[in-house]
Amino acid sequence: MSSEATRLLTGKERRITVSPERKNPTVVVGMSGGVDSSTAAAVLLSRDYPVVGLTMQLWDQRRLAEVDPSLPQSAEGRCCSLNDVYDARRVAEQLDIPYYVVNFQKQFEKAVVQPFVSEYMEGRTPIPCTLCNNHVKFDQLLVTARQIGAELLATGHYARVEFDAARERYLLRRAVDETKDQSYFLFGLTQEQLSRTLFPLGSLRKQQVRQLATEHHLPVAGKPESQEICFVPGGDYTRFLEAYQREQGTPLSQIDGEITSTDGKVLGRHSGLHQFTVGQRKGLGLATGSPLYVLSLDTANRRVVVGEDRELLTETCLVRDCNWIAVEMPTAGLRVETKIRHQHTPAPATLYPEGDTVRVQFDVPQRAVTPGQAAVFYQDDLVIGGGWIMDRTD
Amino acid sequence: MKLYFDHNATTPVAPEVLEAMLPFLRAEYGNASSIHRFGQRARAAVEHARAQVAALIGCEAAEIVFTSGGTESDNLAIQGAVRASMLPRKHVITSAIEHPAVLTTCHAMERESNGVAVTYLPVDSQGRVDPEQVRRELRPETVLVTVMHANNEIGAVEPLAEIASIARQAGVLLHTDAVQSTGKIPVDVKRLGADLLSLSAHKFYGPKGIGALFIRKGLSLSPLFFGGHRMGEPRPGTENVASIAGLGAAAQLAAGNLETEARRLSALRDRMEKGILERVSDAGINGPATGMQGGEFLRVPNTSNLYFDYIEGESLVIALDLQGVACSTGAACSSGAIEPSHVLTAIGVPALRARGSLRLSLGRQNTEEEVKQLLEAIPAVVERLRALSPQVPDEKKAPAEKAVPARKG
Repeated sequence: MSSEATRLLTGKERRITVSPERKNPTVVVGMSGGVDSSTAAAVLLSRDYPVVGLTMQLWDQRRLAEVDPSLPQSAEGRCCSLNDVYDARRVAEQLDIPYYVVNFQKQFEKAVVQPFVSEYMEGRTPIPCTLCNNHVKFDQLLVTARQIGAELLATGHYARVEFDAARERYLLRRAVDETKDQSYFLFGLTQEQLSRTLFPLGSLRKQQVRQLATEHHLPVAGKPESQEICFVPGGDYTRFLEAYQREQGTPLSQIDGEITSTDGKVLGRHSGLHQFTVGQRKGLGLATGSPLYVLSLDTANRRVVVGEDRELLTETCLVRDCNWIAVEMPTAGLRVETKIRHQHTPAPATLYPEGDTVRVQFDVPQRAVTPGQAAVFYQDDLVIGGGWIMDRTD
Repeated sequence: MKLYFDHNATTPVAPEVLEAMLPFLRAEYGNASSIHRFGQRARAAVEHARAQVAALIGCEAAEIVFTSGGTESDNLAIQGAVRASMLPRKHVITSAIEHPAVLTTCHAMERESNGVAVTYLPVDSQGRVDPEQVRRELRPETVLVTVMHANNEIGAVEPLAEIASIARQAGVLLHTDAVQSTGKIPVDVKRLGADLLSLSAHKFYGPKGIGALFIRKGLSLSPLFFGGHRMGEPRPGTENVASIAGLGAAAQLAAGNLETEARRLSALRDRMEKGILERVSDAGINGPATGMQGGEFLRVPNTSNLYFDYIEGESLVIALDLQGVACSTGAACSSGAIEPSHVLTAIGVPALRARGSLRLSLGRQNTEEEVKQLLEAIPAVVERLRALSPQVPDEKKAPAEKAVPARKG
C-alpha cells in the first residue's frame, strides 16, 4: 500500500507497542458487511494483526412480518439482513481471514429491543445503538472474542481509543473525521472494555476509508451506508413498536389522549405517545396560527404537551447512570461541552454531581433536551463521560 | 493441525469413488436415456450403480430410485406415500427427533387444507421410540409410519424391526430415513422391514447431491416432480450419471469394510469419549452411552454428543476451528439456530446444557494419533471458555483476573 491513507495508518495512533519478538495479539473484528467494518479488518491485517471476523446475527428481519405483513422484511444495507452476512462473508474470503456468524438474537432482544420499546412507551426517545454498544458489542461479543482466543475487539466505529500513562486511564476521543464521529454512541464503554478495543478507522476520513476499501479490492467498497436503526425495517419505528407489542401479546390499547398547551388547554387528540418526540413539529394535526412543538410527554395522563419554539429551551437537565472515561469522578463545577443528541453541536456547560446523577447547567439554554437521549460530555476531542437524560426537571 | 471430526455433516469423497466418477465427467458424457452407444454406456453405469446400492441394503436393483440426496428421498417417500393413498383422511406417525427433512415435510403436510394429521412420538432419554407407542397411536386412517434408523445428532439407533412388524400387521407403510446409518452399521431392508428407505451418498464417502430411495416392489408413489417419466420411475429428469456412479462405488466400498470399520470406530470413539470426560469436569454424554447391546447397535459407532456445562457450543465450535479442529454443535443444517437442538430437548437435556453441547463424528481417516491431538485441544479450549463464561457459578470460578490489564507489549 502506498497511498496517503496508508501512510496515516502507520503513525502515532498505533497505541500498542509490540516488541519484535512478540506477535501481535489476535483481534476479532465485528463485521457488519458494510464498508467501514470491512475496511477496519483490512487495515488491521495490513498492520500484521491476526484477524478473525465475526458477524452478529441480531434480529430476524422477517419476524414481525407475520404480525404486520406490510412491514418491509428486509431493506438493503441493513445489519442482519442475509445480504449483509453474504457481503461480510465475501469480504472475509477476499481478505482470507477466518469468519463466523454468531447468534446473539436473544441477548439483543433483551438488551436493546425491549428497552427500546419500553422507553418509547414511557414517553422517552431511546438510542438503541448505544445500548447495543454497551450490552451486546462491547460486552457479549467481546466475551465471545476472548473465549475463542482473541485478546482485542475491533469495530468500524469512527472514534479513537488511547492509553494515557499519566492518568493510567484509557481515553476515548472524537474521530479525526468530525462528520463521521461516533464517540457520542460510545460514552458507555468502561475502562475494561476500552482496554480491549481498537477503532482502526478513528484517524481516517471517510474518503480515505473508501479509498482503502478499493485498494484492498473489498467487494463492498461502493456500498451505500445506512443511518437507520438496524432492526426497524424501513425506519418506521411506530409501526415496529405496534407490531412488536402485538407479537408479544400486549397490543397497544387505550393509548390515545389529549394534546394540550402548557396551561392545560386541550388543543386536539393523539393516537399514542410513542409517536412523539420532544421538539417534534410535524404530525401533530393541529391547525393553529403559530407553529407548535412537542414540549414534553406526560405518560401519567397520556398527554402530549405542546408550545412555542422558545418554550423548548432549557438551561439545565439531569443525567443518570453516568459512565466516566477521562476522569474517575467529575468534580463539582467541571467545565465541559455537552452533546445532547447525535446531530447536536456540543454546548458549553458546567457539571454538578448530585448523588447518583449529574446536573448539567448550560451556558446558553438548549433547544429540545430530550429524555432518553444521551448527554455526552467533551473537553475538546476528549470524551469525559456521559449518561442518560432524565425527564425534564423544570 | 487439521482435524476433521464432523463426518455426520459430510465425508470426503473416497479416491475409489472419484475414480469411478471421472470417466462420466470426461469422455463418457452420454445421456443414459439415449439410444446410441454413448447413451448405452451411461445406462450401463447407472444400472451397475443401482445394483451396487441394492447390494448394500439387501434389495433388488429395480427397487432403487436415484434422487438428489437424503432430503429429496425423504420428501418423495413421505409426500409420495401420503398423496398416493386413497383414504379420505390421512394420518402419519413420526418421531420427535427426526431430521428436518422429515419434520418440516410433516409440518407442511399438516398445514395443507386437505388435512393430514401427524403424531410426533416422544423418545426416551436414550433417544429411542417405544414400539408399543407406535401401536397405540395407530388409527384407521394411518397411512405411514416414518421413523429414522439412526439419529444424526446423538447417533441413537431406533428399534426399527419391531416398529416395522407393528406397522405391517396394521397394513401401514414404514419409511425410514437411513441417511446416518447407511455405511456405518448393517442396513438391510428385509431385516428392518422397511417399505421405503432414504440414503445419501455424501454421508459414506460419495459425492454430494446424490442419494437414493428404496421403494418396495409393487408400491406406487405420487411423484414430486413431473417430466419425462420412464416406465415405473417416480423421479423424472436426466440421470446424474457421474454422481450415480459415485454413489454406486461408495456403496460397494461401504459394503466391503462395514464390520471392520464399525469395530475400529467404536473403539476409537469410546477412547475419545473416555479421554475427554477424564480431562474435563462438568461434562458428559448426551443420549445413548452404550454402543452395542446383545449384538444390536444402540448407537452408530462414529457418533459422540457431549455436553460441557456453562459454555456455549457455538463459541466452542469456533474456538476449536481456529485451532484446526472441525466439529459441530449438532446438525450442520441448524447451525446458527437460536433454539436448542430439538433432538437434545426431546431426550430431556435442559436447554442451557443443550446449548453447550458438541457433536464429534468420526470417519475413515481419523486415527489414534488424531484423537490424541483432540484430547489435548479440547480441555484447554473448554477451560478458556469457562474462565470467561458468565454462567459459571462462583464456587467453580478460577481466581479472578486483573480488572484492567495493561495493554503493552
